[in-house]
Amino acid sequence: MSITVKIPTQLRAATGGESTVEVTGATVGEALDAVFDAHADLRQRITQDGDLRRFVNVYVSGEDIRFQQGLDTAINEGDEVTILPAVAGG
Amino acid sequence: MSIESLKCKECGTAYELGAYYVCENCFGPLEVAYDFSGFDPVEAKRRIQAGSQGIWRYADFLPFEGRPNDPLEPGLTPLVRADRLAERLGLEAEIWIKNDAANPTHSFKDRVVAVAVAKAQELGFKTVACASTGNLANAVAAHAAAAGLDSYVFVPANLEEQKLLATGVYGTNLVGVRGNYDDVNRLCIQLAESRPWAFVNVNLRPYYAEGSKTLAYETVEQLGWELPDRVVCPIASGSLFTKVGRGFQEWLDLGLVTGSQPVFNGAQAEGCSPVATAFAEGWDVCKPQKPDTIAKSLAIGDPADGPYAIEHARKTGGGVDSVTDAEIREGIKLLAETTGIFTETAGGVTVGVLRKLAERGEIAGGERVVVYITGEGLKTLDATRDTFQMHEIDPDLESFEVEFRQEVAA
Ligand SMILES: Cc1ncc(COP(=O)(O)O)c(C=O)c1O
Ligand SMILES: [Zn+2]
Repeated sequence: MSITVKIPTQLRAATGGESTVEVTGATVGEALDAVFDAHADLRQRITQDGDLRRFVNVYVSGEDIRFQQGLDTAINEGDEVTILPAVAGG
Repeated sequence: MSIESLKCKECGTAYELGAYYVCENCFGPLEVAYDFSGFDPVEAKRRIQAGSQGIWRYADFLPFEGRPNDPLEPGLTPLVRADRLAERLGLEAEIWIKNDAANPTHSFKDRVVAVAVAKAQELGFKTVACASTGNLANAVAAHAAAAGLDSYVFVPANLEEQKLLATGVYGTNLVGVRGNYDDVNRLCIQLAESRPWAFVNVNLRPYYAEGSKTLAYETVEQLGWELPDRVVCPIASGSLFTKVGRGFQEWLDLGLVTGSQPVFNGAQAEGCSPVATAFAEGWDVCKPQKPDTIAKSLAIGDPADGPYAIEHARKTGGGVDSVTDAEIREGIKLLAETTGIFTETAGGVTVGVLRKLAERGEIAGGERVVVYITGEGLKTLDATRDTFQMHEIDPDLESFEVEFRQEVAA
């Protein structure tokens, strides 16, 4: 299953400048693991002890995965996984 | 004093002073770090007192080398004793209302926007923007107009009409997004990646947030250079709450005031209470919620500074409470009837929580409590609809006397 993972500007140093990474996986966790396999440096930047760090938000086609099954959220062909910094207030 | 750098709040990595807001190593938020070596409290106090009648009197504690030119300077809003409110709540405590509706666009957001827009100009931006729950929209549109900058203001499309009108009037590009604040916010983070704009609460957030410290400084100055014992403060993203705490801490550390951090009580609406819920459950992080409350200005379901707000409430022996929509309406009325101050729903939330604390017996006699009223009642008129009745009469004496027979006879 082909999934597009969108990489935010602040992490592109770790992907050699790439703004998207194409991976396969059945869940968000699997897709992210595949991204980390391709760009090892990303793992410690956005995860800690196997979980996302607390200021990292991940969305599947616009919906925050914390409203779904977190890293176990299922993904389908064509879904877009977006990683964004948690920042808000206004 | 000089501004040192931007520092990651999570891992301490330092960054140069630009339009950055996220740590590349751990994704933590960045905050302005100052170098206060050689600080002289006597001289600093003199400079404050000789300063302007607004937030720029505190320029030494804001991220600028000099005092920026600001035609719409906010701040130095009234701090008033509310004895009748205390009495209605059965409190022997001193209750003070910090009325921050008395700002150029009628909310505390003028403080953060004044700082962000001044920084945007310094960094050479021509366009400012924001994701807003309403008040920030008003402030960004107005301060951009005053500074002669273009602006884009993104809000949930279903916002109160008053807040939309009080934004559009300034000639901004007002964008109503079909979604809630968290959707608007996500869109703006994505836009900030490609547009050469200063999003005040995204890429300029480290500077923006500093503006809220001025609420702490003013409180200290207006109390005769003393700290309150307790503050009650609304929470949406948690930035205001956290930065008021930081403002007090800076002045404690620098010797401008003595004592200890006040007890911090945070206020949220039950229909959007991720921080209150996390506090009650003992969590360190917030679980996001889908907001459903009349307090739209506080309707942030995924509060970025939530973890820091929880930490500060715990550390000061305070807490974070929530109130229902009915309690918000009652809070607005209670404040209006006892102080003559008409606040918006966010103020209703804050007064509602004050009342809860009073009812639980958490406020001791003799305590000095400052209640932060952060917005204006005229912006959320629906919240007061049907809470009273108008007497309608014909234009003659008899008609009046019939309507008010008992009162006139008495
Ligand atoms: C009137 C009012 N009070 C308080 C707040 C809370 O601000 P913060 O997001 O910094 O917690 C807001 C935020 O929009 C507001 O509009
Ligand atoms: Zn960091």
